[in-house]
Amino acid sequence: MDSQLQAQGAAPGVDARDRHGARSYLIGLLFAVPLTIASFWAATTSFVYAPAVPVLLAALAIAQMGVHVAFFLHISSAPDQTNNLLALAFGVFVTGLIVFGSMMIMTHLNHNMMSMDELMKMQR
Amino acid sequence: MSVGEQALSTGPGIPLSLRGPAPVRVVAGFGFWLFLLSDIILFAALFATYSVLSGSTAGGPTAAELFDKKHVFLETMCLLASSVTCGLGSLAVQRTDTRAVYFWMGVTFLLGATFLTLEGREFAGMVAAGAGPSHSAFLSAFFTLVGTHGLHVSLGLVWLVIMLLQVTTLGFQPMVGRRFFAFGLFWHALDIVWIGVFTIVYLGAK
Repeated sequence: MDSQLQAQGAAPGVDARDRHGARSYLIGLLFAVPLTIASFWAATTSFVYAPAVPVLLAALAIAQMGVHVAFFLHISSAPDQTNNLLALAFGVFVTGLIVFGSMMIMTHLNHNMMSMDELMKMQR
Repeated sequence: MSVGEQALSTGPGIPLSLRGPAPVRVVAGFGFWLFLLSDIILFAALFATYSVLSGSTAGGPTAAELFDKKHVFLETMCLLASSVTCGLGSLAVQRTDTRAVYFWMGVTFLLGATFLTLEGREFAGMVAAGAGPSHSAFLSAFFTLVGTHGLHVSLGLVWLVIMLLQVTTLGFQPMVGRRFFAFGLFWHALDIVWIGVFTIVYLGAK
């Protein structure tokens, strides 16, 4: 069975080394809770330089997503996970294109547009 | 492993073209993984819409005025805890430990239902305060994004009940195991989407 896993890949969510252990879920919880608390703290505190807060929030969110992918979904860089990891990479790529692409285009559009107030005045 | 299985299988020495098909569990798991990624791309489109429209409040309430962070923290913790209990439940399914499956999946259901109740109360409060989805582009985008996530959680709860009924009626057949396994992936993926929701929508509120 193990050689088969090696050769043909494993389903996502299957950790061949720790198949019956609750350990990875508890480790995941141990990482995820402080990251969540840190996110909520960062959003409300004045301890962090305010313009840096969004970047901090993004970093904490990406870290927590990584924890969830590794410890809850058990996606790793193991040889039998190549298919799952490639699919995930493509998903992340498309997600990034859609989100950042839309934001970039719309910001530039807004930048080139006359402001709504002036437009309203012209119509009158 | 019997001799017959060995002939079918797949040591690294056997060329790819001569290897048999991957086990059903792997194929089904991978297929469901692709579905989940496409679902996340759906959410990406909703996140993009929200990010673009989050400032378009049409003179109505802004994000910072509407959201209660303590409330959201409670929702987040419910979903995080339910993700862990769902994982422990999946392990119980692999052990075919019926009692543990009922316990952990029951806890998962309760935490998911608590999350939905909290979210429903938040939505009802906003609509009652005149900040319904028809008020501004920002609120339309908010209700679409968070509502779609809530809809996924609701469907997940229905799925979970069906799976528990199948454990009762069919027992731990391989088919039931695969479905439970797919449910686990679905539930974990929803929790990952929620990280995006609470970071961008609730904590990123200006």
